Amino acid sequence: MVEYNKGIPIMRPFIDQDNQGYWDAVKQHKLVFQRCKTCKTFYQPPRPMCPSCHSQESMEWVPSSGKGIVYSFVNFTTDRMAYPAFKLPYSVVLVEMEEGVRITANTAEIPAEEVYIGMPVEVTFEDLAPDFTLYRFKKRGA
Amino acid sequence: MLTEYMARKYQKDKKPPVDANRIKDRAAIMGIGQTKYSRFSDRDELDMACEAIKAAADDAGIRVEDIDGIEAFTIDRFAMPMLANCLGLRNVRYSSEVTGGGGAACGVTMHAAAAVVTGMADYVVVFRSLNEASGQRYGRGDGYAQYMLNAVTPHYGYHWPFGFVTPLGWAGVWGKRWMYEFGITREQIGWWPVVLRENAQKNPNAIYYGRPITHKDYMESPMIVDPLKLHDCCVDTDGAVAYIVTTVERAKELKQRPAIIMAAAQSAPIEQEIQTIYNRPSISGLVETWYMGQELYRIAGVGPEDIDVGEFYDPYSIGGILQLEELGFCGRGQSGKFIEGGDNIRVGGKIPVNTSGGLLSEAYIHGYNLVIEGVRQIRGTSTNQVPNAEICMVTGGPGVPSSGIILRR
Amino acid sequence: MIENIRDKTAIVGIGVVDFSTNMGRTEWYTASQSIKLAAEDAGLKLEEIDALVKNKDDGPDPSYMQKGLGIDNLLYHSETKYGASAMLDAVLAVASGAANYAVYYQTAHRASGPPKSLSEYRVARELKDDMLDLVRYDFYSPFGLIDPPGFVAMNARRYMYAYRTSPQEWGWVPVVLSENAARNRKSVFCKKPVTLNDYLISKMVVDPIRQMDCAPKVDGAVAIIVTTAERAKKLKQKPAIISSVAMGAAPEGQMHTSYGRKNIAELPEMANMAKELFRVAGVKPKHIKAAILDDAFIPYVPMQLEALGFCKKGEGAAFCAGGDRIRVGGDLPLNTSGGAMAEGKFDTARIIEAVRQIRGTSPNQVKNADFVLATSGAGGPADGLILRRS
Repeated sequence: MVEYNKGIPIMRPFIDQDNQGYWDAVKQHKLVFQRCKTCKTFYQPPRPMCPSCHSQESMEWVPSSGKGIVYSFVNFTTDRMAYPAFKLPYSVVLVEMEEGVRITANTAEIPAEEVYIGMPVEVTFEDLAPDFTLYRFKKRGA
Repeated sequence: MLTEYMARKYQKDKKPPVDANRIKDRAAIMGIGQTKYSRFSDRDELDMACEAIKAAADDAGIRVEDIDGIEAFTIDRFAMPMLANCLGLRNVRYSSEVTGGGGAACGVTMHAAAAVVTGMADYVVVFRSLNEASGQRYGRGDGYAQYMLNAVTPHYGYHWPFGFVTPLGWAGVWGKRWMYEFGITREQIGWWPVVLRENAQKNPNAIYYGRPITHKDYMESPMIVDPLKLHDCCVDTDGAVAYIVTTVERAKELKQRPAIIMAAAQSAPIEQEIQTIYNRPSISGLVETWYMGQELYRIAGVGPEDIDVGEFYDPYSIGGILQLEELGFCGRGQSGKFIEGGDNIRVGGKIPVNTSGGLLSEAYIHGYNLVIEGVRQIRGTSTNQVPNAEICMVTGGPGVPSSGIILRR
Repeated sequence: MIENIRDKTAIVGIGVVDFSTNMGRTEWYTASQSIKLAAEDAGLKLEEIDALVKNKDDGPDPSYMQKGLGIDNLLYHSETKYGASAMLDAVLAVASGAANYAVYYQTAHRASGPPKSLSEYRVARELKDDMLDLVRYDFYSPFGLIDPPGFVAMNARRYMYAYRTSPQEWGWVPVVLSENAARNRKSVFCKKPVTLNDYLISKMVVDPIRQMDCAPKVDGAVAIIVTTAERAKKLKQKPAIISSVAMGAAPEGQMHTSYGRKNIAELPEMANMAKELFRVAGVKPKHIKAAILDDAFIPYVPMQLEALGFCKKGEGAAFCAGGDRIRVGGDLPLNTSGGAMAEGKFDTARIIEAVRQIRGTSPNQVKNADFVLATSGAGGPADGLILRRS
């Protein structure tokens, strides 16, 4: 669950040609991952060259199933180390997606004490501003 | 390629030959200096750096003007010419920096050693000066701000928007995974901070001198960011440390017994980031520490059983404990059991660690206080001396591009 | 027995993404591209690279680069802030035996990207985050002296006074460089030669610094591969042996603003560096067949000729006057690619041109270029290297 404190801006990602496909998709409530057409391997974070075949033109954006399991997580319960825009407590989960890559995000509708490693989750999206969308993870099937 | 990585193939034949390694046994740390460690220095970093460097030069028995090389991290609040002017240096023949924050704690030593053994410089000073305790209180930005999420750091975009902005938070993710995969318990982890705090009680320079804790205190202490409790976290410090590296020949002519650098290595395995090393096949280990350790042992020609004392970078207890596994002092996933009760890591135990209190209890000068404690162990002047310490291993930060050195008499 | 690095290492591969005013790609992209080009040039596989060094402000971190290049582990990595002094680290990485193949990559999109360096200071001030070091600009900025052309103008005016010289003399440097640029197919900023008159009537930035005295901003991505002279023998190209590489500083120094010194019309950092450079290489200025000098600000070029020992103190501008001595065929051809007039402000471009002279592939090739020198960092901590033919 994520709630925000008013008046403190949420950090926004820096969008450039390497990751534009990723964040454009997020704006449209889709999750995509970068994959090399030749090597068929997914790479996270997105990058301008495939580390296997070293091609710079072989990357494509492939829609994700949106499903994964919680690989690890951190609960922020005190204001030390937390970001002031967020009301406490809040969770950050590291989710291993079905495609094999792992991404971090906040949870949606999951109390902090209920998060566990191995929990099946799926992605959901929230528009925080007209030009700013973020993804979260909710219980699978919820 | 990622699956090969899982098998951690360390390709010895691809590495440069040991006999071509010019650093091995040819450079030494021969002067160490520090300021007081505190939570509020009331001085700026340049001022403290000069004090520490002067102390190191005095300790070495050279004049400050003899220094002709400067090595540091990339995150100082002042640049080299400013420092050279304050020190009155006539020339700087070598100067460079290493990125990765604490991971470079021994990388800087390595570069200084490389410079002196190839004749690029005679005396290289390596220093770190910071006000991490008082600086934060003045709201100096705590290491994150929107302008820092820019063209050179787009990878923060996958973490910072989620309120995931601090290294302890990022490290908590792999720490938690390690605890989960190997069944490491909270009770086991607690022995690391407890033993280090005991060590600090013998060290009047330590910030926590005079403030011991018991294992019960540890278990009852509050959670800071799950899975790290209060005593699992390093102590933000104001202070400065400096040491001087030169060739073994020059060092032998000078005041103190030199701490000879037997081997030095850096490492930065693939999918390396600053703590957010989440897309490696397995995140329950510290691959950078493992690579660095393998390289050190290969160059020095020793193994973990030959190390008399270890100064392992512990910005949080888990980061320190995991290094025991990666450096071969115990098996994978066994470090919890290994440190239970604390005896294995106390002086007199299998591998005494962080004898001055480490980054948890002495001070957090980004690993530099570990290096000079290693030098003291070699000299026999530590406040918590391992008897006949001949070989000491010092490591740089885990979860980041890392480094390490082995010192010997 | 003090060792030195003379002739022990060599440049075996260079990769240059064409300089432009807008790469249209991220720095991560062009950096990866430049390293791939350099590896192809050297005949190396990318996985063989095990050391990455860079300029602090130019390009993504080594660990970023690994992600795209597929480099499994780095045995040596470092950064430097000044000029091209990362060359010292590239040499150290292999000369110390720590790594096999070191790559020095410099990527900066200064033309199309957001401004760097001094703007950091302005950002920091706006956020009330005082960086200790940059506070020294408070001695100048309240009085309107806020950017490097202004700082250099102060030094240049003193140079005119101290040695009775003027833009009439040092203006020959842009003239000759423009001739070189006109013959360089890849030149971005200058396709036709200029005359001294063109230079003298050109726009003044801060008197006596003109537009043509300042290197234009450019987008560039360059990679240089260094290894031991032994290993170099087995690779594709004829190696450019690094006879020496050095850096120097001097008392009371600051970047362009060493105004407290007794004489501000000279470059003592460069002179200190040169002493070391020639000593380690075992050669003298007369052996150098071409010099690729830091031309970010033209008045520093004659000052470098003096500091490096190519002429007597105060005679640097006279050396350049008329242009004949610094043209190809003259006593000391300078910046044979056209320098910054062709390629813009980019430190490693000069090392690349030095390598081309050694290989015999420069657009303005000097006959028998067996020793070539390149410098960076004029006005602050200076660095340089001497390459020789194998």
